Amino acid sequence: MRVVGLPLLLGGLVLPFLPLLLWAVAERYPYPALTPTVTSSRPLRLLADPASEVLTGLVNSVVIAVAVAVIAALIGLSAGRALGLHRFRGKRLVQFLLLAPVIVPGLAVTLGIQVFFIRYGLSDTRQGVVLVHLLSAVPYVALVMSSVYANLDLRLEDQARTLGAGPVQVFLRITLPAVAPGLAVAGLFAFLISWGEYVLTLLVGGGAVKTLPLLLYSYLGSTDTPVAAALGLALVVPPVLLLAVTSRLLSGEGAPLAGFGRT
Amino acid sequence: MRRRGLPQGLRTSLLLAPALAVVLLLFGGGVVMGVLASFGYQPFLPGRELSLDAYRGLLDDVEVRRSLILTFRIALVSTLVSAVLAVGAALLLRGTRHGRRAALLVFQLNLPVPHLVGAAAMLLLLGQSGLVSRLLFAVGLVDAPSGAPILTNDAIGWAIMAEYVWKEVPFIGVVVLAALSGGVSDLEDAARSLGAGAWSRFRFVVLPHITPAVVSTSIIVFAFTFGSYEVPLLLGQPFPATLPVVAFQAYSDTDLTARPRAMAIAVVITFLVVLVVLAYTVLTERVLRPAERRRVAGT
Repeated sequence: MRVVGLPLLLGGLVLPFLPLLLWAVAERYPYPALTPTVTSSRPLRLLADPASEVLTGLVNSVVIAVAVAVIAALIGLSAGRALGLHRFRGKRLVQFLLLAPVIVPGLAVTLGIQVFFIRYGLSDTRQGVVLVHLLSAVPYVALVMSSVYANLDLRLEDQARTLGAGPVQVFLRITLPAVAPGLAVAGLFAFLISWGEYVLTLLVGGGAVKTLPLLLYSYLGSTDTPVAAALGLALVVPPVLLLAVTSRLLSGEGAPLAGFGRT
Repeated sequence: MRRRGLPQGLRTSLLLAPALAVVLLLFGGGVVMGVLASFGYQPFLPGRELSLDAYRGLLDDVEVRRSLILTFRIALVSTLVSAVLAVGAALLLRGTRHGRRAALLVFQLNLPVPHLVGAAAMLLLLGQSGLVSRLLFAVGLVDAPSGAPILTNDAIGWAIMAEYVWKEVPFIGVVVLAALSGGVSDLEDAARSLGAGAWSRFRFVVLPHITPAVVSTSIIVFAFTFGSYEVPLLLGQPFPATLPVVAFQAYSDTDLTARPRAMAIAVVITFLVVLVVLAYTVLTERVLRPAERRRVAGT
């Protein structure tokens, strides 16, 4: 069964990438040809062409996703400490509040506050897009960091304090190195959540903040399928590389992996 | 433990403040404003009388009723198929010796791929002039794109479900694999030495062990597939579309009187997702408890 099952499973998972790869190098790819009849590097070259809007989209996507990852990491680092280490009244309520945005669809909620983004001048700006992406990213990072902090050995901090270290030193030399791998994974997922987001960007960015997913959608509606396929690959390659680099950090712990449910 | 400086309560509050600000303002604000707007309230605009008209309208609306059934069916089928295939995939991968690392790498390859890209790939794969149709042409089963099976923009939602299953099988699979690595093989050996066959080992040893992982991930998958917008937008038919697509269409309507209707659909989506998640949690708690008792009794 394994002899048949495994190739079938892995083949099925890889198959959808195939038309994307074929179209990304196509100049002419008429029906019913299985491979492009004329190939070209034009679609892929366009990705690096400063005159095209693709480069603007790439810059927007990277700037927004990095900002979301950094801000969510800082906020999650702080909330994770309180949830992972402290006992307090209303803790279950706080956990519930953080879990709710992970479950409830972002679109349904964002429709309600879009008018406020317009009112406060955040609509059609990168800042507004970062803010709306934080809605999905922050709860996730906070929940992951709370499980990371729950495994932190507090005696190390106490020892450092006994030896005369100040709060800043304790944090930089003891706490941060201990939680860094978990923080890196949580930050990576925050980046991925923002990187792949389409409808919230459209809703708040109003089409003025063009990220790669928005460009991909508009090219899919045009007749230039090769460029759409190239954009698809541009959206796939950075996350796959990031994951390969950090796969060492993903030690099969369940909590961080839950982030894939939102990407 | 001794703590210097700020009192504990204040410390905790300060640590939680930024995260709670994001959740309460954006999420809480979104839910509250959404409900108010569905009653006809419009911030920053002259007031309208609050009413339940939008909800009454939804009850009479055939389009919404058909969207609701379509959305529910697609989410339910995608979640169930993904969960079953993911458990099978995890069991397959667990027993793989040769090329295990490579197999795991390929298995996880699509995890970080955005759903929009997955939808684009499905369009180029399953569309009537897509790769599958060309392969069918090559073997002589199809003689023109119009003769190929209609898998995109169709009434069933084949391509939508294919995209969800393609993305979610590895997601559920890796979490199940992680659960399987935690000492369950010793229990299986014990069961085998007591004479348990392959099916009983799966049913009474492996399944109870991985159920929490399957339950928690399939909750996330159901909620996601129920509320997803870009996948049905790209791969689904325009009428009836899934609920999030209908909500966004109504919201983008230039006629502002369609707003309460859009918000009412958004509230219905939120309400249904929460309801299904709660029901599922209660149900699996009931089912899980006896299973766990059995497991404890069996060890």
